[in-house]
Amino acid sequence: MSEDWTRVCPLDEIPRLGARVVHGEAGAIAVFRTATDEVFALDDRCPHRGGPLSQGMVFDRRVACPLHGTTIRLDTGEAVAPDTGCTRRHRVRIDRGEVWLRAG
Amino acid sequence: MDQPRLVVVGNGMAGCRTLEELLAIAPDLYRITVFGAEPHGNYNRIQLSPVLAGETTLDAIMLNDLGWYARHGIELHAGRRIVAIDRRRRRVVADDGSEAPYDRLLLATGAQPILLPVPGHDLPGVLAYRTIADTQAMIDAAAPGRRAVVVGGGLLGLEAAHGLRARGMEVSVVHLAPWLMERQLDRDAAALLQRSLESRGLRFEIGRRTAALRAGADGRVAALQFDDGTELAAELVVMAVGIRPDTELARAGGLHCERGIVVDDTMQTYDPRIYAVGECVQHRGATYGLVAPLFEQARVAANHLGEFGSARYRGSTTSTKLKVTGIDVFSAGDFGLDAEAAEATEARDEIVVADRAGGVYKKLVLQDDKLVGAVMVGETADSAWYLQLLREGQSVAGMRDALRRGQPPAADAGHQGRRCAAAIPDGFEVCGCNGVTKGTIVRAIKEQGLFTLDDVRRHTKASASCGSCSGLVEQILASVVGGAYAPQDPATKPLCGCTDYTHEEVRRAIRDNELVSVGAVMRFCEWRSADGCPTCRPALNFYVRCAWPRESRDDPRSRHVNERMHANIQKDGSFSVVPRIAGGVTSPAQLRRIAEVAEKYAVPAVKITGGQRIDLLGVRGEDLPRVWADLGMGSGFAYGKALRTVKTCVGSEWCRFGVQDSTALGVALENALDRMAVPHKVKLAVSGCPRNCAEAGIKDVGIVGVDSGWEIYVGGNGGIKTEVAQFLVKVGSAEEATEHVAAFLQLYREQARYLERTAHWLARVGLASVKPLLDDADQRRALAARLRDALAVEVDPWLQRLPETLAAAPNAGDYAPIVLHPRRPRDPEGAPDERRLDAGLPA
Repeated sequence: MSEDWTRVCPLDEIPRLGARVVHGEAGAIAVFRTATDEVFALDDRCPHRGGPLSQGMVFDRRVACPLHGTTIRLDTGEAVAPDTGCTRRHRVRIDRGEVWLRAG
Repeated sequence: MDQPRLVVVGNGMAGCRTLEELLAIAPDLYRITVFGAEPHGNYNRIQLSPVLAGETTLDAIMLNDLGWYARHGIELHAGRRIVAIDRRRRRVVADDGSEAPYDRLLLATGAQPILLPVPGHDLPGVLAYRTIADTQAMIDAAAPGRRAVVVGGGLLGLEAAHGLRARGMEVSVVHLAPWLMERQLDRDAAALLQRSLESRGLRFEIGRRTAALRAGADGRVAALQFDDGTELAAELVVMAVGIRPDTELARAGGLHCERGIVVDDTMQTYDPRIYAVGECVQHRGATYGLVAPLFEQARVAANHLGEFGSARYRGSTTSTKLKVTGIDVFSAGDFGLDAEAAEATEARDEIVVADRAGGVYKKLVLQDDKLVGAVMVGETADSAWYLQLLREGQSVAGMRDALRRGQPPAADAGHQGRRCAAAIPDGFEVCGCNGVTKGTIVRAIKEQGLFTLDDVRRHTKASASCGSCSGLVEQILASVVGGAYAPQDPATKPLCGCTDYTHEEVRRAIRDNELVSVGAVMRFCEWRSADGCPTCRPALNFYVRCAWPRESRDDPRSRHVNERMHANIQKDGSFSVVPRIAGGVTSPAQLRRIAEVAEKYAVPAVKITGGQRIDLLGVRGEDLPRVWADLGMGSGFAYGKALRTVKTCVGSEWCRFGVQDSTALGVALENALDRMAVPHKVKLAVSGCPRNCAEAGIKDVGIVGVDSGWEIYVGGNGGIKTEVAQFLVKVGSAEEATEHVAAFLQLYREQARYLERTAHWLARVGLASVKPLLDDADQRRALAARLRDALAVEVDPWLQRLPETLAAAPNAGDYAPIVLHPRRPRDPEGAPDERRLDAGLPA
């Protein structure tokens, strides 16, 4: 099932420099939208202490975890040095104004 | 390929730091070539003394290894000296005849050690102390029982002497001036330092002139001869009498030089294609040899090389905080050493505290009610405080007792009250928030080559959370980095890494140019990053809202989750809900309603807070709008940079001691100031008599009722930094009290930097600078009116986000997770149910 692409929502429903949480079989996934309307999807869990990344501040292609400020790269899921750690990425794309997600 | 070419002459700390700064802001702008006279990558020159003393190794002090240059595509010519600049053809010429063309040239040639031109100064066994090669030569020559003479009793000389002593040599220090470190210390401080060093086995020849160095039978140096003909036997002589800027290359190339290569505030030389940084530079008449000024220059030069064109170097206030062979020494400002200062002594005044047997000495020099100089030996824990008083030039009238005793004994929470870095063992937990020990900090400083408090914060997280251990971390940094450490001047510190402008400069730009959005500020001030960062965006949002409350709109994406959700995020991602209970006065009906909500939403924990209200902990984000609707109460802002609570005692209405109605005033103040946005959280207290049961002495604003009226205290703090509030004014009525409090808080809103509590703001600007504005009735009224204006446009954020109004809220989607599989979830605890969908997803 998780092999399939699933429609999430229209792009407009994710705020620029923000995120929406998506609950599905793969657990909680954060779908981010950058200032330039790129979208990225990561597990909604910071590798540091498990904070919900969807609630963090988005800037460039990065998000700062709301709990302790660990910065995660949206395109790779990796923490920005000197922080360390990595969170799982999911595939996501925009098709005719709709955001599609392929978890796993 | 038309990528312009940048050539850097000088592969030391200033040149490489400039490159690092440049690569961070404009990584692909230049093709970069670096020439260094020494055959190494860039190393930490400051750490040569620990290498000499055998405390660390050469490998450990490399800052940029050869791989770093390769990774950034930089062509490095290590060990190749540039001997000429051909400015007409824009080429530099190396000592092997090879040439390199440039479009921009950066000179970072550093300094040369001064060798006394006495007979025999070129004998084998006579060394300077500047480079890895010098250090290695000293290590090779050192052997237990052999005799060494160090000429020069400044910092470098004393470090060399200590290092050689640590290698078992018999060491004498010859110093021409009448006391050691005569430019940093006064006579008494130097005497104390000398005694401490003598007790560690060093010998001193003070006030003696070196006439010649004499060779022995083997042709190597054998003795140092004084001008009175007496001799000191020595198998090794180290010259450490000072350095001078290395301007030879620049001079030969026709660049204007005085003592150093003359640069303007953009670090540009008289040739617009050529920049210069570091010890070789003379800026506004001053030359610098400490790390912090060099790094500041590097940042400015990189800004201009990177074609941003906005940074200015304005010179640095230097202080010296150093560890001379394990003895803490601090000196800053002017303490009456030169003739000019001596003439001014009439107007001067000194505070001297000395415990000679205990090895502790402190002298503070005052002029016109200001601190102008400070010298400390043995105990330097308060140096940051003195340096701040000195730099800010604030009035210290009435602070004589405090100056003598040192920084008020405010207990910074979280590190057992320890204030002296040197005495702390490696395993001691310095940062109680992030569990970072002294050993971890020291290791990171050495291994990662860290020089600033910000560096240490980023790499270790020490002092990165509450910041109460910042002073301690800075001391550790100073003791590890050693003689060249100088803290960054907070007055010129940029708001964040996205800009070179300070908080004050950005706020002025916002006011003067009517910038009404975060984006407008970033564009106008030429922010380096498109979206800013989590440090600057919340600050800019506050500054814009504060300056233009009616014209601007709040940017929820520039707020921390708590202020965007209007609830306090907990470690498990759930939220806490604290409704406003003004003055802590509630009713049975209100309590019943809170209890019902807690049961209805299965709230896992209910707690009475320290601010006399009730906290519902563990509420799910998507439940918040319905919880608020069911409560029917306003937000308590327990999550925000806002008015938190006004704590009250019961006061004259019930208490047999009460002389004023503290509860009524507290409730009125809390309602009047509700929804106020401030640089950091603000807590008030009102007590009905001087027994002060509301603990007004440790609040941002504390009010104490007396029989004839109210006393107002400001700038107290009971948290990170226990700080006793200072008396501001006494007034006769509750109305007057309210006006004074409003004016004070508006001034705090307008003057304090984002995330600066009232205590820290007042410590920075001084109560003396604030009081006249508040004493003046017109100014006070104008301030209070501006606050009223700002509050008038704020609406209760919970009312704005009830289920029926949520769709119109600027961040409605934050409360509505998207559910992909609306069938019954397997995990009933963490997974969504259909209720979440109706929480207001925009149609």
